[in-house]
Amino acid sequence: MKKWGNTAKRLPAIILLAAIIIFLELVVRIAQVPGYILPPPSEIAAALIDNHALLLSHTGATLSAVVSGLALAIVLAVSLSLAMDRWRGLKEAIYPILVISQAIPIFALAPILLIWFGVGLLPKILIVTLVCFFPLAVNLVEGFGEVDPEAIDLMKTMKADNWMIIRSVKLPSAMPYFFSGLKIAATYSVLGAIIGEWLGARAGLGIYMLRATHSYRLSHLFAAIIVVIILSLLMFKMAELTGRVAMPWQKEKNNIMEG
Amino acid sequence: MRVIERLRLDTISSTYISGGEILPVLDCISLTVKEGEFVTVIGPSGCGKSTILRIAAGLIKPDQGEVYKDGAIITGRPQLVGYMPQQALLFPWKTLKQNAALPLLASGTAKDKAYEKVEKMLPLFGLDGFANYYPNQLSGGMKQRAALLRTMMVDSNIMLLDEPFAALDALTRGKMQDWLMQIWEQFKRSVLFVTHSIDEAIYLSDRIYVISDRPGKNAIEQKIDLPRPRRIKVLATAEFANYKQLLYKALE
Repeated sequence: MKKWGNTAKRLPAIILLAAIIIFLELVVRIAQVPGYILPPPSEIAAALIDNHALLLSHTGATLSAVVSGLALAIVLAVSLSLAMDRWRGLKEAIYPILVISQAIPIFALAPILLIWFGVGLLPKILIVTLVCFFPLAVNLVEGFGEVDPEAIDLMKTMKADNWMIIRSVKLPSAMPYFFSGLKIAATYSVLGAIIGEWLGARAGLGIYMLRATHSYRLSHLFAAIIVVIILSLLMFKMAELTGRVAMPWQKEKNNIMEG
Repeated sequence: MRVIERLRLDTISSTYISGGEILPVLDCISLTVKEGEFVTVIGPSGCGKSTILRIAAGLIKPDQGEVYKDGAIITGRPQLVGYMPQQALLFPWKTLKQNAALPLLASGTAKDKAYEKVEKMLPLFGLDGFANYYPNQLSGGMKQRAALLRTMMVDSNIMLLDEPFAALDALTRGKMQDWLMQIWEQFKRSVLFVTHSIDEAIYLSDRIYVISDRPGKNAIEQKIDLPRPRRIKVLATAEFANYKQLLYKALE
């Protein structure tokens, strides 16, 4: 029942996408646009299928940078935001710098990381960490700020220690903020890794795209773009799913509202 | 034998700073709660009743005056007390059982033992079979009972209850008052109760302090000599009506 409802809701978007693909195919074929200017969708699909082994291995390289970078960003964001919550002075010192740091274009920063750490995996991980850290940290700081002071008072009248207050009140009440940050970070993470690879790498979708462009094989470039889109969507869905599993009480609320 | 004084607030004054302005909240409030006594503070909304409870729990330090618990000064130091804030404040991310077990876990009880203890109490609180429900799956009355169960789980001889039934409809409220009476008669803990309902105050209390409008000041202290156990019939008696009139006058 629900599944069908979702498909029906997405139907207009699916129809529009199909129409655009058919239109492009027709235009490119009728006007005889050369493949190095704009390949027809059918050729992109063929490139996707013919090259799937190579694409998959490059995807693996990108994915390892994405996952490690995101994991590192999560660890850093949680610890730093907890510290900022614990010591007000720290928050006042760090938070503005954090916001300002976001004005630094990652395109300018990435080459420096490559100079420092070479063309291996590490600079990619660091770039992913840099782009993911901010949405996570900002959301967490906001989440900890929204904790009901009455709830903390209540815990004090039970003589709960600090660690218990963090575990049973602060972390769970910041969780919805964390997961909305994670959804943003998850989509940024793929982009971050691609940028890193674009500037120099031995493997990864970024370097694959660069090579495809340089050899005018645009169908391969578009095939890689499709893989990047799928990867980003998968990361987003994973973040959403983890959130749902980690916050079962929110699901229960939905059940009541639907029933 | 001397009656033990569980709680004493001695000439408490408190202010609240809002927009650079100092607003007096409480002005020289004194009250006591003896062992096993049900004491109610009644006053108009916004007279600082909640502040009295928070000061009694040691959560706020008053500008003046001292708080004594079992004879010792505890002013401004959070105490182990059964405190139930105005909103039931059950944590939405914890099940009923996990919420009610919090005080036990905080005092170092092992998890399975704490849960066992909570489950044993569920029938008495009309929550049998709901141990694994989340708060937003419970009705208003059930939430209040769950919060009261959590309050009872605090290993302390005094309970501070801040308008626990204010958010309920009249019918549920009446039932909850009856039920609270039975629970209290069974456990005989000292209670400091806050309400703005005169009927509720008379029905439940041994003694009532009437607090005047902001800044809160002691208006009168009234002993309620209705026989216990009290049941709903008592509401229709002449004595009840007399007390009601007396308190109405004091609140005006």
